[in-house]
Amino acid sequence: MSTEDTREEELKGVGCSRKRKEDPRFIQGKGNYVDDVKLPGMLVGKVVRSPYAHAKIVSINKEAALALPGVHAVLTAEDLKPLGLHWMPTLAGDVCAVLADEKVSFQYQEVAFVIADNRYIAVDGADLVEVEYEELPVVVDPHHAMDADAAIVRDDLVGKDEAGQGSRKHNNHIFNWDVGDKDATDRAFESAEVTVKQKMINHRVHASPLETCGCVASFDKVKGDMTVYMTSQAPHIVRTVITLLSGIPESKVRVIAPDIGGGFGNKVGIYPGYVCAIVASIVLGRPVKWIEDRIENLSTTAFARDYHMEGELAADKDGKIKALRVNVLADHGAFNTHAQPTKWPAGLFSICTGSYDIPVAYANVDGVFTNKAPGGVSYRCSFRVTEAVYVVERMIDVLAQKIGMDPAEIRMKNFIQPEQFPYQSALGWEYDSGNYPAALKKVMEAVDYEGLRKEQAEKKARGEIMGIGLCTFTEIVGAGPSKACDILGVGMFDSAEIRIHPTGSAIARMGTISQGQGHETTYAQIIATELGLSSDDIQIEEGDTDTAPYGLGTYGSRTTPVGGAATVKAARKIREKARKIAAHLLEVSENDLEWDVDQFRVVGSPDQAKSMKEIAWAAYNNVPDGMEMGLEAVDYYDPPNFTFPFGAYLAVVDIDKFTGVTTIRRFYALDDCGTRINPMIIEGQVHGGLNEGYAVAMGQELPYDTEGNLLGNTFMDYFWPTMVETPKWELDYTVTPSPHHPMGAKGVAESPHVGSIPCFSNAINDAFMQFGAEKHIDMPHNAFRVWKTLQEMGLNKD
Amino acid sequence: MIPGNFEYHAPTSLADALALLGQYGDEAKIIAGGHSLLPMMKLRFAEPEHLIDINGISELRGIREEGGMIKIGAMTTENQLIASEILWDKCPLIPTAAKLIADPQVRNRGTIGGDIAHGDPGNDHPAIMLALGASFVLAGPDGERTVPADGFFLGTYYTQLEEGEIMTEIQVPVPPAGSGYGFSKLKRKTGDFATAAAAVQLQLNGDSCTQINIALTNVGPCSFKASDAAAHLTGKVIDDALISEAAEKAMADCDPSEDLRGNIEYKTSMAGEMVRRAIRSALSNAKGE
Ligand SMILES: Cc1cc2nc3c(=O)[nH]c(=O)nc-3n(C[C@H](O)[C@H](O)[C@H](O)COP(=O)(O)OP(=O)(O)OC[C@H]3O[C@@H](n4cnc5c(N)ncnc54)[C@H](O)[C@@H]3O)c2cc1C
Repeated sequence: MSTEDTREEELKGVGCSRKRKEDPRFIQGKGNYVDDVKLPGMLVGKVVRSPYAHAKIVSINKEAALALPGVHAVLTAEDLKPLGLHWMPTLAGDVCAVLADEKVSFQYQEVAFVIADNRYIAVDGADLVEVEYEELPVVVDPHHAMDADAAIVRDDLVGKDEAGQGSRKHNNHIFNWDVGDKDATDRAFESAEVTVKQKMINHRVHASPLETCGCVASFDKVKGDMTVYMTSQAPHIVRTVITLLSGIPESKVRVIAPDIGGGFGNKVGIYPGYVCAIVASIVLGRPVKWIEDRIENLSTTAFARDYHMEGELAADKDGKIKALRVNVLADHGAFNTHAQPTKWPAGLFSICTGSYDIPVAYANVDGVFTNKAPGGVSYRCSFRVTEAVYVVERMIDVLAQKIGMDPAEIRMKNFIQPEQFPYQSALGWEYDSGNYPAALKKVMEAVDYEGLRKEQAEKKARGEIMGIGLCTFTEIVGAGPSKACDILGVGMFDSAEIRIHPTGSAIARMGTISQGQGHETTYAQIIATELGLSSDDIQIEEGDTDTAPYGLGTYGSRTTPVGGAATVKAARKIREKARKIAAHLLEVSENDLEWDVDQFRVVGSPDQAKSMKEIAWAAYNNVPDGMEMGLEAVDYYDPPNFTFPFGAYLAVVDIDKFTGVTTIRRFYALDDCGTRINPMIIEGQVHGGLNEGYAVAMGQELPYDTEGNLLGNTFMDYFWPTMVETPKWELDYTVTPSPHHPMGAKGVAESPHVGSIPCFSNAINDAFMQFGAEKHIDMPHNAFRVWKTLQEMGLNKD
Repeated sequence: MIPGNFEYHAPTSLADALALLGQYGDEAKIIAGGHSLLPMMKLRFAEPEHLIDINGISELRGIREEGGMIKIGAMTTENQLIASEILWDKCPLIPTAAKLIADPQVRNRGTIGGDIAHGDPGNDHPAIMLALGASFVLAGPDGERTVPADGFFLGTYYTQLEEGEIMTEIQVPVPPAGSGYGFSKLKRKTGDFATAAAAVQLQLNGDSCTQINIALTNVGPCSFKASDAAAHLTGKVIDDALISEAAEKAMADCDPSEDLRGNIEYKTSMAGEMVRRAIRSALSNAKGE
């Protein structure tokens, strides 16, 4: 190995599978989560929740609760009203009740907030709050939300012809949004040789991070400062919102997101519990903690999906796709609390043309209110990419079935070709880069696709049921260009601030916040490579709004595309200054210097060089005339475009025809996320995403009965695969860098979630299609539901 | 997820435990492993004012063989059952099934006595005990009585255990040579209760089945023996057709309730399938296959 390679290796920079810096504290139980925060004099709040999905609140009697020793206060909407805080604005332009105002609109809705000495008394106190309800008729099925005689979910919006996202046509209607050339699409369908149409549901699920949501709000009455420790994926935006709601200057509000035990979008939103804790702290002048329990988390915070879609494809009889049309009914629950960029009521759903060169397309989405919990944020939900990928990936299989073509062949036939990038999609996106045929080919060879199909046919002859699922998805991540994306008017940039110390170690702070993704490890690797300093000597900090630069946070796989780019840019600013200092130290012109791993050296005279460490020292005592001392930089990066990671996945499933139990025999996942920063962390992220996708496709569900009661809101019912259920994942990759990202990286964390769900569903549908199944089978593909199909088709016999 | 207030007692002898139970009557609950009781208390479905913890009574733990009987202390944990050489040697149905109960944390604390006494149709030991023809020793204010498993389970959370009584021991007749056992359980995931499960204990004489017990978990208000199915097989050389007929008979005895695990039709059908599988494995291990 050359010394250059050794020096490069010692940096533990980009491409190195360095161990995660955060793990020693996590595996030793030394993490610091919100519930670990204990402040002197701290009180604890507990939310009183509605047992009904829809009911008028006749009265609330706090007396018994207030009489319980240790209870300090009980807040209701009446108490918040004078502060104007009984309702709060949502990121989607709607409003959401903080505490139910005259009526409840979903089961488990927040009705009152009991503040007590500790959790035990708070829970006892909550039990003593007497609420009298008068039940109202409910709207549970979104397909009936806009019936003429449907109950009205939102009395506060009656008579308003819009709910923050354009005009609406019914009291339970939220918005209509469409995209694409409707007429051209209709024409393509009329003249097509083949058309297929299929309804499908992306059912309501929950991301259920291990740590539930919570906060500790601490208002200092003397200084007028508000400090909030919060499980937040976007602490800076939260600070802005707190200021807008409370009137406390932003400089006096400090939001700290400490270690976070998983987010997945569940921790993007601002929940009533947070607001109640903040108000309670202001009113009582003491710190107030609020932590959800598991049932509250599953029942009320940020569900995902509930997208009822109808997909259509028009094609030649040989399988070349001519047009795509999708109609969607979106169930948003009782309040529209989605957290998508302001202009996108259906998020980035228009990525639904997928990896295919589809000349025209049209998508139309209606959002409706129902008497179910609000949310729609987690699991990529507000961005709606999972739904988009699901509909196109299922539809292409439906088309393949109709014309009797193999699902791999029809994909190959319709892929956007490598030379077509940058590619303009029919629904308005410019895909940055990709090589879809190569990815699918690699997967098919790795698994011996032909062999699998042969085996499947042999098994079928023996009455055994095997399915093969494919998914060749295109993701859209890295929100986003501020011309297209903002949250509450703040552009969706992100930031990095890097400071090099005299002895050559560094601290860097970002506007993003890790929830388990390993930012402390990977950001340091980026800086190591850019600046020639060992990543071991680079400290990364995020999540404290008093110290970190303003950023929009971590969700939607935006950290590497946006925060990572800001980090590269800030590092390069430092390197440019370092070059000037090196030139000064070596007494040569800047142009005579070249960057070499960890030093600037004189071109043609490699012995004359100054290492980054030497330069760092000089930055604090010996800089060129007229230059400021110090070595630091900050960058706010506004990406020119999204990035478009992609992948090719294949699943092989075996179905036990007597019980409906599905075994995932193989799952082969090839991901292309552009430049790979830490392959080990990428694999970890992919494993996590695949586990989630497996859980969603095969079992997770938030089911409601006809009265709007949520069934299955504990982990006894809600499917969390353990290591016993989790399939073995086989991973692979290709590297197609993003041309517009400063280091070519694209973001990976959500690809496996988005890509695996349709892959599992395609495998199950494939298993039944070979036996002549005519209709699409909806998720979740749990044993009971699979058995119902077996039973209907008469396949569960010897 | 916080239980109501209660007072905690930790007696170290059976006599003290019985005295406390007598003193507090229906305001008191015995706590063994706590893995059925505590979840109910956290949801405030159960709000006992006194908890009598019997973990400190060492005489209630342990497994021994005595006079053709295996005697298992009521406070023996699932993991102790799984680790027991006597059981693997003499009565493998118990540890085989115990391995499929809940998850490692629950098995570490949960006890066989608690599993039986709780009377939950989703618990597996009741069916195992019915299949093995076990009996239970119940200690009360007036001394001990021994009741057979058959007839002990009366309904959901309802058994022959009377107020003031503590189950102290489980007695299982050692299955004779030529016995076979089978336990089949369908569950959605680790840590879930059964969608349906079947426990089978049988004896062969040559190829002929001289005796068989078939018992089911979670497909009725309590665990029960599928007696018609067993009768259909007794005295016969069991083949696939007979197994299917027996499964049909077992299904006719099922009365499951619908929940997220499945509807009545599915659960009944799965009960049949579990019976089929359990009989098949009992036959094959009886034949030493
Ligand atoms: C996630 C989860 C999954 C589970 N899955 C299964 C499963 O698949 N199969 C299964 O069989 N079980 C399952 N269980 C239940 C578990 O096995 C419990 O441990 C068991 O049901 C109760 O035993 P325990 O010792 O924990 O009793 P406890 O919870 O302490 O007590 C249960 C009840 O029995 C009474 N009791 C306890 N001991 C005695 C005694 N000696 N005499 C008189 N009364 C007594 C108590 O007063 C109480 O009413 C599961 C539990 C959990 C939490």
